[in-house]
Amino acid sequence: MTDRSDAPDRNDMNLLSCAVDRRGLLKCMTWAGTGVLWTVAGGVPTSLGLIGDARAQVPATGFSFMQISDSHIGFKRPENPDAIGTLTAAIDQIKAMPVKPSFMIHTGDITHLSRDDQFDNAQKIIDSAGVPVFYVPGEHDIVDEDAGKAYLERYGNGTKGAGWYSFDQGGVHFLGLVNVVDLKAGGLGNLGNEQLEWLESDLKGVSASTPIVVFAHIPLWIVYPEWGWGTEDGARALSYLKRFGSVTVLNGHIHQLMQKVEGNITFHTARATGFPQPAPGTAPSPGPMQVPADKLRDYLGITRVDFRQGSRELAITDTALSAS
Amino acid sequence: MSTLSTSAHRRLVAAAALSLVAFAFDSPIAMAAEAAAAIPAAAAPAEISIDNFTFGPNVLTVKAGTTVRWVNRDDIPHTILDKQRKVFRSKVLDTDDSFSFTFAAPGTYEYFCGLHPHMTGQVVVTP
Repeated sequence: MTDRSDAPDRNDMNLLSCAVDRRGLLKCMTWAGTGVLWTVAGGVPTSLGLIGDARAQVPATGFSFMQISDSHIGFKRPENPDAIGTLTAAIDQIKAMPVKPSFMIHTGDITHLSRDDQFDNAQKIIDSAGVPVFYVPGEHDIVDEDAGKAYLERYGNGTKGAGWYSFDQGGVHFLGLVNVVDLKAGGLGNLGNEQLEWLESDLKGVSASTPIVVFAHIPLWIVYPEWGWGTEDGARALSYLKRFGSVTVLNGHIHQLMQKVEGNITFHTARATGFPQPAPGTAPSPGPMQVPADKLRDYLGITRVDFRQGSRELAITDTALSAS
Repeated sequence: MSTLSTSAHRRLVAAAALSLVAFAFDSPIAMAAEAAAAIPAAAAPAEISIDNFTFGPNVLTVKAGTTVRWVNRDDIPHTILDKQRKVFRSKVLDTDDSFSFTFAAPGTYEYFCGLHPHMTGQVVVTP
């Protein structure tokens, strides 16, 4: 599985340090759509080059997991008339991997409208990968009549509140957070006090040398508030993560790649499998972006995270659906 | 005195026109015709269009008793609910779906999209 050949050159790597202003964000976005593998050690990312080169450097010890996001099963608009087909293609890519991931995370918007048949279709395809899947809901997964009951009945087992939880795997502490409920007028994504208090107490028993992976639907950092891309009380969550040596925050929602490193924290958003959305500020709204049909799968894709035992290093690899 | 009664009379006519509007809701053409015939001043649109993640008009002023209809013209679903989550809440509106609510009491109603809360709007209801 090699990625497309339009990977960024060395200069583009500097974009990782881009600021959170609009200009910086737009610059960051210029490398979206490419596949690069990063290792993160002590909060300082290093590019290992293209995926093909990098894979050889990821030793067999440790484990890897996949992130899929924003499958939007039920979406049938012209921007992608076949969201089932593109999710299936994503899962087929995962099945074809020479080293099977230990599990998958889905960072929300499994469905488009929280309908039972949409959840059923998504689950049938995703489960065919044959690995455990950890979910968090997107705002599209809780628009059923009972505002989230359908999601919790399927995926809420063992979770708290609106579906948040933590677990440990291979020496890494994982936190699945929910920032799509009880949203306030005029606001952004929202974790809420109850979840934040739980988060603070959950982390109390975790040593600072434990690598942390946080995943949630809406980006936890403020990406582009004009489009609601950010989490109102995300900064409070991040303040609880400051003492850890290695923190990786994985989000979806914006249907495009974006990465930012701030101190010990690496933020990364995954491509969708459902449909692309425009880069911040480049369209009148964040709605689905129409691209030529033969280019659609360049914009959709999956993310793989490799963890090297004992090294605190996480390597994030994005692969477009068009990569074979 | 005569001013007052004229104004009261106008209010009655307006109320009658508005009840016609509400009654004829399922037939927009009839609705427009009745409203225009009865009182031209009430021809202000009682429809809010959702386009590109914005509510238009963003501030809509209507008389008490008016039924306001939101129509989602985006390729993405939206919901409508009032800021306090007490007065109205729509089901999820897919493309071309609509939601209607009749504003009986005067006041300023702030509302937003429950999925994309940066989308906000206002309905100002006058007596």
